[in-house]
Amino acid sequence: MSRKIIVIGNGMVGHKFCEKLCDKAKPGQFEITVFGEEPRVAYDRVHLSEYFDPEKTAASLALADLNWYLSRSINLILGNRVSAIDKEKKEVTAQDGSIHPYDILVMATGSAPFVPPIPGSDKKGVFVYRTIEDLDGMKAHAPHAERGAVIGGGLLGLEAAKAMLDLGISDTQVIEFAPRLMPRQIDDRGSAVLQAKLETLGLKIRTSTNTSEIAGNGCIEAMKFADGTEIPVDMLVISAGIKPRDELARDAGLEVGPRGGIVVDTLLTTSNPDIYAIGECALPNEMTYGLVAPGYEMADVVATNLVEEPKTFEGFDMSTKLKLIGVDVASFGDPFAEGEGVRSISFENSSSGVYKRININETTGKLLGGILVGDAEDYNMLLQNVLSELPLPEAPEDLILGARGGESTGTGVMALPDDALICSCEAVTKNTICDAVRGGNESIDGIKKCSKAGTGCGGCLPMVKDLISGVMKEEGRYVRNTICEHFDYTRQELLDLVKLHKLKTYDEVLDKFGKGHGCEVCKPVVSSILASVYAETANRKPVAQDSNDRFLANIQKGGTYSVVPRIPGGEITPDKLLVIGGVAKKYNLYTKITGGQRIDMFGAHLQDLPAIWEELLEAGFESGHAYAKALRTVKSCVGSTWCRFGLHDSVSFAIEVEKRYRGLRAPHKIKSAVSGCIRECAEAQSKDFGIIATEAGWNLYVGGNGGSKPRHAQLLAQDIDKETCIQYIDRFLMFYIKTADPLTRTAPWLDAMEGGIDYLRNVVVNDSLGMAAQWEAEMSTLVDNYKCEWAEAVNNPDIRKRFTHFVNAPEVKDPTVSFVPMRDQFRAEDWKGKKEPAKQTTPSA
Amino acid sequence: MSDTTNPPATWHLACRVEDVPDDGGSCVLIEGRQIAIFHFKRIGQWYATDNLCPHRQQMALSRGMIGTTGEEQMPKVACPFHKKSFSLENGKCLSGDDYCIQTYAVKVEDGMVHVEGPA
Repeated sequence: MSRKIIVIGNGMVGHKFCEKLCDKAKPGQFEITVFGEEPRVAYDRVHLSEYFDPEKTAASLALADLNWYLSRSINLILGNRVSAIDKEKKEVTAQDGSIHPYDILVMATGSAPFVPPIPGSDKKGVFVYRTIEDLDGMKAHAPHAERGAVIGGGLLGLEAAKAMLDLGISDTQVIEFAPRLMPRQIDDRGSAVLQAKLETLGLKIRTSTNTSEIAGNGCIEAMKFADGTEIPVDMLVISAGIKPRDELARDAGLEVGPRGGIVVDTLLTTSNPDIYAIGECALPNEMTYGLVAPGYEMADVVATNLVEEPKTFEGFDMSTKLKLIGVDVASFGDPFAEGEGVRSISFENSSSGVYKRININETTGKLLGGILVGDAEDYNMLLQNVLSELPLPEAPEDLILGARGGESTGTGVMALPDDALICSCEAVTKNTICDAVRGGNESIDGIKKCSKAGTGCGGCLPMVKDLISGVMKEEGRYVRNTICEHFDYTRQELLDLVKLHKLKTYDEVLDKFGKGHGCEVCKPVVSSILASVYAETANRKPVAQDSNDRFLANIQKGGTYSVVPRIPGGEITPDKLLVIGGVAKKYNLYTKITGGQRIDMFGAHLQDLPAIWEELLEAGFESGHAYAKALRTVKSCVGSTWCRFGLHDSVSFAIEVEKRYRGLRAPHKIKSAVSGCIRECAEAQSKDFGIIATEAGWNLYVGGNGGSKPRHAQLLAQDIDKETCIQYIDRFLMFYIKTADPLTRTAPWLDAMEGGIDYLRNVVVNDSLGMAAQWEAEMSTLVDNYKCEWAEAVNNPDIRKRFTHFVNAPEVKDPTVSFVPMRDQFRAEDWKGKKEPAKQTTPSA
Repeated sequence: MSDTTNPPATWHLACRVEDVPDDGGSCVLIEGRQIAIFHFKRIGQWYATDNLCPHRQQMALSRGMIGTTGEEQMPKVACPFHKKSFSLENGKCLSGDDYCIQTYAVKVEDGMVHVEGPA
């Protein structure tokens, strides 16, 4: 017969307990019921402040969905609190009056914010910081507030202050009772550095300040302090600490600590043998643990004991690292260690806001703990040193200052002992991770999947990455960028093979040089190769193209597409502008000017695309290839045609260049620009190739890009004429197309080239490889064979059929598409909660 | 592949064979539900799944690229939005997430494609 388990609380620890127990239990061994007082399934409270990120929703913080519980036959009761426990009858009574018997009761009731007894703390505009509902309340109030304050300068208080800044309340003060910030984690000097740093970021901080009253008429208006001063405030968050939620246990007659917390033994059993307590509500060893990792460990201890394997809770390391308003703060081991044989080494740079301290035991030669403010990069390694009790290097200061001169002292991650705990959230050791790498998992995702390391707080991921490359290096594994599991070749090798063997289709290439049946990685790569070798459009084998190439448009949020006609050089006639306006109006499209000097129309239904393009083609437009790994735009400034500084006609040159390379497919997108003088208004030096007019001709730059890693292009040739410039670009582009790895822009391609820009110049300008003539001929073939893919598609009834959403109801548009109005236009609906099933409605045809 | 035990299969006429591209997918509307149908010609198989990618709730799987993975050549589809991959055999997510998609049995008779369920 299965045992009835009731879990009170569906927070992070309560959820982890369910996860652990389901992993360990035999089918049918337990019948689990979970009560949660909040209306939603367990969510990630550690990253709660991410909720203020407009990209995030409550659903993106969720740890699981209803289906997760359903599929494990767990009875999850949300929005209904347990109001009483009868430990004699072994049953609980819920708020709605229902009674539920148990064999085992697990209390994971967590904690509640501690609100000091300050008069006026019940006023409107005063918040605590714990649940999504609290955050919703803050969000709603913030637009009416200008002056914010936070009571509490601890870890959570500073998080709350960050949240206030994020909500747009730039005038925010932190009020701390103690003489320094984060008194529990860091020392005086660390606090001073942290405070100075936070003040430069615009936060006001008052320490040693005792709030005596929250004043205001219904709504908070001011805070009064014990020293008689007061400040005007219209929004306040109280974050003065937490108190365990032990009231239920107390009422049931379980033993609780003098300052709160349910007393438990090392098995986490309360004073009643059938009742356990885990997480923030529990008090093992007269200690409460307000972090998630020890809570998870407690969940594991109870789950393990319930399946009758022994495990006890032996305390937990409370080291912590976090980023507070952009400042790294960490505290590990014993941050304040003192006593005989203990020596502290510290380093402070107040101008850069960095403070580091380590405490060492000179007798044992071991690291005891320390504090890091402003730069916590060494946190993981230092913590490992403490936990694994590694011997100190000869000069212990190297641990925080880095080895100066000579060989590194070998304190890298590979030097850790096998049983070093790398991921403390999921208790994964170095050995487990290294074994996984040896077993063939060479990616972070692979390691996450097979070991769960890095799936909690994610703080250990840098170490996991180092372990992966460390093991691979140890094993002498050569990292060669082969395309995917189906092709054991690099892109360059495959391109040569395709040419040599005159292979014409994806299937031929796969049959001859690949294995298996392809995937979303090799299909677009091979299609791009075929396009480069044979000047093919994407219409030949649409299913082997990236989905955007298959539909010749960019898929956008909600499943509609965007349409970008080519506007060479950014020059457009008023008549053509009217056509774009007319088309956008007719098909109800959102319009926006792109960064590449053209116009993007969003929100097109799949089956409207051919009709839209028919009208655009009619007016003389052609495909802009915005959906392809191909030449995008060649921007220009007006140059000598209008500008009083312009040296040459940059617009005409840009149009010539854009028309020459339009549709040219490459390993990645290619962008370009032409500027008419050195003022560089077209931003040519941020392009894959850019041209700038000089008195004597044109300068050609290559290898620049914007994006997440902006790069300036490097000068390839100086003061050349137009014809030479085109010649060099031909050679440069062909060299790039033939040799770059998939999805590699020109900048990283050039970075990886031995000899860099000098080598490239030798190849392109001096023809050191003797390839120039061949490349120019090949480019000329590609240029001559250019066809507009959209003209091809619109005029071919078979291709047009591709643009239907329902093949059995071609006239019906996708009924799930929906838009939200915004500034006289509209936008795509936000991502729906990632976990709830979408509603499927029946469309009216 | 169809489940031969109870309840008796309900077959829905989905589309013609030529409505689905070789080694690609199309979407059909069956009883108000969007179903993605794939003709994996290279391995001579037909598959049907929900069109909805559970990651961001997008109706897009029929527009994804199909392929295989692993030693056993597990057939799969990758969503065009964020490249989450799902097994066409059992609907399991192959990108490490714990959601999955519904799969449906397919039969082809006289040039017409039929899908079992969803009722």
